[in-house]
Formats: sequence, C-alpha cells, structure tokens
Amino acid sequence: MTLVSQATPSGRTGASPAFLRKIVVDPWLFGIFAVVTLSVLVFAALPIFTVLKQAVITDRGFDLAALVDTLSKPFVWESLFNTLLLGATSAVIATLIGFVLAFSATRTTMPGKTFVHAVALLPIISPPFVMALAVVILFGRSGLITRELLGIRNANVYGFHSLVLIQSLAFTPIAYLNIRGMLQSIDSALEDASASLGASRWVTFSRVTLPLVTPAVLSSALLVFVKSVEDFGNPMLIGGNFNTLAVEAYSQMVGYFDLHAGALLASLMLVPSITAFLVHRYWVSKRSYVTVTGKPTAQTIRISGAAVVLPLSILCYAIVFAILLFYLTVIYVSFTRLPGIDNTLTFDHYATVFTAGFQTLTNSLLLAGIATPVTAIAGMLIAYLLVRKAFPGSFLLRWGTLLSFAAPGTILGIGYVSTFNAPPLLLTGTAFIVVAAMVVKNLQVGIEAGSNQLRQIDKSIEEASMTLGASNTRTFFQITLPLLKPALFTSLSYAFTRSLTTLSAVIFLVSANWTLITVTILSQVETLKIGVAAAYCSILVFVVLAILALMQFLLSSTSPKR
Amino acid sequence: MSKVIFSNISKRFPGASGAAAGLAVDRLNLVIEEGTLVTLLGPSGCGKTTTLRMLAGFETPSDGAITIGGRDVTNVPVNARNVGMVFQSYALFPHMTVRENVEYGVRLLNLPRHEMTDRVSSVLATMALETYADRSPSRLSGGQQQRVALARAVVTQPKVLLFDEPLSNLDAQLRERMRDELRAIQLRLGITSLYVTHDQSEAMAISDRVVVMRNGIIEQDDTPLNVYSRPGTGFVAEFMGKANILQGRVETTDESTVSIRIASTVAFTLPRGNRAFKPGEQVRCVVRPEHIRVDADGAMQAKVRRVVFQGAYVEYLTDLEGQECVFLDSDYYRTGVAEVGQMLRLSVDTQPVWILPNNEAADMGKAA
Repeated sequence: MTLVSQATPSGRTGASPAFLRKIVVDPWLFGIFAVVTLSVLVFAALPIFTVLKQAVITDRGFDLAALVDTLSKPFVWESLFNTLLLGATSAVIATLIGFVLAFSATRTTMPGKTFVHAVALLPIISPPFVMALAVVILFGRSGLITRELLGIRNANVYGFHSLVLIQSLAFTPIAYLNIRGMLQSIDSALEDASASLGASRWVTFSRVTLPLVTPAVLSSALLVFVKSVEDFGNPMLIGGNFNTLAVEAYSQMVGYFDLHAGALLASLMLVPSITAFLVHRYWVSKRSYVTVTGKPTAQTIRISGAAVVLPLSILCYAIVFAILLFYLTVIYVSFTRLPGIDNTLTFDHYATVFTAGFQTLTNSLLLAGIATPVTAIAGMLIAYLLVRKAFPGSFLLRWGTLLSFAAPGTILGIGYVSTFNAPPLLLTGTAFIVVAAMVVKNLQVGIEAGSNQLRQIDKSIEEASMTLGASNTRTFFQITLPLLKPALFTSLSYAFTRSLTTLSAVIFLVSANWTLITVTILSQVETLKIGVAAAYCSILVFVVLAILALMQFLLSSTSPKR
Repeated sequence: MSKVIFSNISKRFPGASGAAAGLAVDRLNLVIEEGTLVTLLGPSGCGKTTTLRMLAGFETPSDGAITIGGRDVTNVPVNARNVGMVFQSYALFPHMTVRENVEYGVRLLNLPRHEMTDRVSSVLATMALETYADRSPSRLSGGQQQRVALARAVVTQPKVLLFDEPLSNLDAQLRERMRDELRAIQLRLGITSLYVTHDQSEAMAISDRVVVMRNGIIEQDDTPLNVYSRPGTGFVAEFMGKANILQGRVETTDESTVSIRIASTVAFTLPRGNRAFKPGEQVRCVVRPEHIRVDADGAMQAKVRRVVFQGAYVEYLTDLEGQECVFLDSDYYRTGVAEVGQMLRLSVDTQPVWILPNNEAADMGKAA
C-alpha cells in the first residue's frame, strides 16, 4: 500500500445534520454553488425586485395616490390590453402554422421536407425585427409591393395587423420544433392500432394523434405568448400607435425619464409572462402522455393521398415562400441605393457598416463572444448542482434562474439600470453589465438541456470516479462536463444566437462606449437609413449561420467515432 | 490491515412511512476478515445494496460506525476512503479509452510517472486487456467491459473492493466464467471484498462467507456450505435454492438421535447434536428436492399434482398428506414419467435432512 491513510475528520460527528455533511464532504463544490447562487440572486432576482419596488414606492415612500394616479392613466390600460391581444393572437396563429408544418413534415409524403424544415427554422436564428424591416420595405409608404407593384400611395403598414403577421412568422419555429418533437415521439404503432380497429384516417387523427400532441400545442401557444409579450423590437419598429407594454415602458423611461411609470409598466409585463410560464411548467407539462426522449421512434408515413397532401403542401410552401421573401428582400435592399426610389445596386451600405459602423459590429461580437461560454458553462454547472447535488439553498438557485427566464427582457433591463447605478455595484455604462444581462437572460436553456442530459447519464459513472479518489469538483470537470457535450453545444449555440440578436434588455444598458448591433439597426431604421439597417441584418444572419455551422462541425469532429 | 467492521449500523431513509419501512438497514453487525470475500445476499429491498453503499461512502449511516483496517471511516468522504468498486452497469467513462479509464484513478495518486505506467500496464496484462487498451469501451464485449471495470477498480490498490451485482448484465454462460475469473483475481490480490448479489448460486460459488439479509437485518452469516445445508431460518432455506419445509412431530428422542414423523408413511431418525427435543414437539425439517427419489421399494407415498419436464430431469410437485413436496427425478428415462393424480413411492436420503431451529416465532416478534 503506497497510500498513507488520510486525515480522518475529527472523531465521530454522527450528530452533525446531513446537510452540513454535504458541505463538509466537498467544500470546493459548495463554494462554487454559493458563488453561483449569489450571482444569480444579485443579477436575476435583485433587479426584478428593484423594479417591483420602484413601481409601488416613489421618492416619497409608498404613495398610494401616485400609484393610483399612474394606474388610472389610459396609456397603461391601453398598452396592457394591446400586449395581451397581440400575444394571444400571435400565439394562436403561430401555433396553427407550426402545427401544419410539423404535421406535414412528420406524417405526410410532402415533397422537399428538408428544404421546408431549414426555411422554417430560419426566423429562430435571426433577430425578430428582420421581419419588421422586410415588412416596412415591402409594404411601407414607398414599399416595393404596395407602391411599385400595386401603386398604393398611402399604405399604412404600421399597427396591429403587421405586428401579428411578423410575430406569427417570427415565432413559428418555436411551435414547429415543439410540436414536431412530440409528433416524432408518438409511437406510430398507436396510430396503426387505431386503424386496425377500423378507424378512418380522420378518426385516428382526431381521436388519437391530436389528443396526444395537445400538450405540445398548448405549450407552444404559451411559449409564443411569452415571447410576444416580451418582444420589443417589432412593436417599436412597426407598432405605430399600437403601443405594447414593452414599448410604453421604454418610452416612459427613455423619452419622459419617468422611472416610476416605466417600472410600473415593466412590472405589469411580469404578470402575463409569469402566469403563462407557471401554467406551462406546472399544468401543461404534467399532462403529457408522451415522454420526449429526443430519440425519434421509427416512423412510418401513412398519409400519401393527394387530397390531404396537396393542400398541406401548398400551405407549407406558402409559409416558406413568405419567410424567404422577407429574408431575400432584406438582402436585396442591403445592396440597393435607395429602395423604391433608386434601385441601382451598390456596396455603399456595407462600406458604411465596415467603416463608420464597424465598432458596433465588433462590440456585439466581442460581448456575445464573452457571454456565450460563460452562459453555457454556468448552465451545465447549475444543471449539475440542481440535479446531482442537493445543497441547502438549492431552491434559491432554481427559482432565481427560472425567474430570470420567465421575466421579460424589459424588466431585466430597467432593473439593471436602477440596481447597478450606484456603488458598490456601479456597473452602468460598462461592458460587464451588458454581458451579465446576456448571460442571465439565456441561462435557463442551458440548464434545461443540461438537466435533461444529466438524467440520462448513469449516476454510477460519477460514483466510479469518486471511488477512484476524485473529488466532486474534479468529477464534474473531467467526467460530467465531457459527457454533457451535446447539451453544452446546444447551450452555446442558443446563447450565442440570442446574445447577438437580443434587444429588449440591452437597449437600456448600451452606452457610448458599448453599443450593440441590434440597437444600431433600430436607430438606423428610425432615421430611415433602411439600406444600412438591411446590411447590418444581413451580416448578422450570416454571422449567426456561420458560427452555428462551425459549432456543428466542432461537435461532430470532436465526438469519438463509435 | 484492512479488516472491515460494521458496528450497529442503521440506515433510515427520509420519507419512507411506517416504523419498519423507514429502516433500510437495522442495527447491522458484520465483520469482513482481511483478504476474504463476503457476499450480501437477499431479495431486492433487503438492504444489501444500502449496506454496500455505506461502505463505499455514498450513503451515511444514520447510526453506528464503520471501520476499515481500524480506521473509522463513517464520516470520511468517498474519495478519501480508498475503496475500489465494480458497478452493475460497469460505469466505464465512455469518453475515455480503456487505458485512460484504468489510468484515471492512478493519476490521482500523484505517483512518479514510471510507476504509474508500470501499474497500468501490469493490470492491463493481468486482465488480458493489452490489445484493447486504446479502444473505446463501447467497442468491447460485455465480458471485456467487465474486465476493464475490474482493472480500473484494482489498479489503485484499494483497501476494500466492492462489487455491486457485477455479473447481472452478462448472459448465463459468460456469467459463470467471469464469476470464476473475479474470484481468482480477488484471491490472487488478497483484497478484502464485499459482494452484493441476489443470485444464490453465484453467492455460494464466489464467497468465503455468505450473509443472507431480509428487511434490513441479517438472517444468517455463515460459510456457503452451512448456509445451504444448515439454514438458520425457513427464509434462508427457501432463498438458497429449492427446499421442502416439512412440518413434523417429535416421536422419540434419545442421547444422540431424534425421531420425527412427517406423515403416516414418512419418519426421519436424525442425529440431534446438542439440541434438546421433547416428544410431541412440532418441528420443521428442510429436505432438498435432490435428496428425494422415485423408489419402488420406498416407504414414502405422495400423490403427483404437477409435472414439469426440464430435460435433464423431471420436476414433480406432490401432495404428501396435505404438505407440498417437490422433488427432481433424473432417472425418468428408466422409470417413465408419472402422471398427475398417480401415487408415487419415494425414498428420502435422511443424512442431509436439517431440522430448523425453533426461533422463527421470536423472529416474527422482532419484525413486528
């Protein structure tokens, strides 16, 4: 035996409570846990509570009269109503479109499925306001379609109808992926069984397939609703007089310097978001009959009749056409001198971006580049802490990260401005605060992906490492993290895409030193420099696609060949 | 010295309801002598795995103490205990090669480089794994994976080796071969070992001692031979393979023997050892099926209730004046297979018949 017996903890401490022992066994890991939990509380929970506090407490303390006064202003109720109306409408339409796409792609012989799939996912990797930009270009006062094709002089593109169109298309991928995953995990033997019992296609669909995917349909609708409530870029660009809470909160804060009203509006946003999120988490997800394992069961495609396939295909391709039209329009306009007036081709807009506007692009890439690995590693670490280790105080971490995910970016942004504007946490104007917002907002996706993967990793693999003498911390970094690689890459991709295309939170945090590409695009559109905005958008889409392709390549080339 | 002692170990899991249900292990006392292999055997939920995991350090006893080689390890974390463990699922690190798997634990010992490579190569050689050293574990067969798991567990020269149902993922033939291999290596290395299984024949084949557990308590702790042929309780008798537990009444007793009547046609005269019997007393006798045979001259008569043909033998379930009696007939090709309802004449080899101690009533009281 070369091993000298190591120091034994002093005597028998059998009386020490179990939770104390967990800490003593691995002080390092507990230290990491404490730091992570504290960070989540400071950067997620604290800002949100600051906003809630500001909403009800003014300089003169709790002022019921002022609160009632603000609440009785018509713009408050109007924007709340607008937000809910827009959210509900977009949720219904995006879910319907997502369902049609998902059903056609998994259950019918529709041609060109790979193409449809790729295009349907396009909106998820670009900032949602690419759509808004395209709609302005196509249907605006000097729009390519309205004015050039139809000769309409005073088309009003701004308002509810455009917002519904844009959000429905922009959030379709959420519904599509969700419902597609569920449809793929339904064992087709169930549908075969129904047919063998004499049921027609329609009866099988309405009595077997539809009830089984209902949880995914409901969950899609709720997620789209949350996204719509949170959306800032589209209503800002194209809402016109149709103000939503996110836009109204921003104008109260930035336009009128009314912190109290801004905070109150942002707090109101929290109500529908949190409600939808809780319903999703505790009601819809418990009603699922199908376990989505990520492992598609063998699917036999049964629906090949033209009567069903043809209408569905036409519908799908119409959606694909609309999405492509919007993206191609933006690319086309980025090469056009003055769209609608002078349609000669030019590289001028790109020249502007790469000279005067270059810093905003590099800023965005740099900050997103810092935020991405931090988000992904922290996500895996938190997943590990929550799934494998039950340290005392875990619930703080769990609820802190859930809160940051459910809370709209607007409340987070306002919260950051109000919380970190004085010592000891004087961070406004720094790059740090922008990175922190990016990390906090995108953490939850990594945690979910990591947790799901962890539950599929045999716990005894980690136990084996410990019997061989490795500490919890070493086990995490040498055994668990490498095994979490697929979840890590999911999280990296998501974090990078979202950090680069985010707007609602960071718009409150950018400064002269650290401005971001999304904020620049917004101001270019507002000053009607559509061409430059389109060039920025095209670059953004291209960069995201390139990075995602690179990550995919890295993931497949570093995975051992089996 | 790495003798293992469990003193008065209890483990209570929170959340379980009921006084008995909450105790996974109940005041367990167990000694594993240096260099021996002890098997914990019992049905699922008997507390055997919990006991093993407490020795590994994954669970902390609610009460009592565990020592390894005289050192109290009750509150020592897993990674400071120097135990090796072979898992049911092998738990090989899927992102490392065979060599990296084996090296993993040795690296943590901070040995000089040459000593580390020496150790790894010698273990790989012992387990006949050299040719697979640079493969991924997923590309090995079940038996090879099992060897890697064992190599990884012993390469750090642990004080104690733990086996958590290591053979249950292998098919029947391979299981026997690996069982003998495991035992040979354990004997060669002389590592104190604790082995958990629910397979009684595996337990008997591999162990120095077999500890039969039920409901968190030890039913019997003895050599494999004694656990099988001299079971302490009816539960042990039935768990260690097929057994007939026949009720009987003491007829006479003298200085060295006791006569027990099972049925009108069956009576045993057995050595009584140092146990005292009273005429008229009710006792239970364990008769293994292999000790009953069809015999035209036999005194015992039983009525066939069920016949199961197994190839090598025929298994009969018979009715012996109200008591069930099972036996095996491997001579069926000579005498023919009997039919249901037929009366058979049988004889019993009385030498291996075992009288159960009359402490079952006391046991029941303890469990309730």
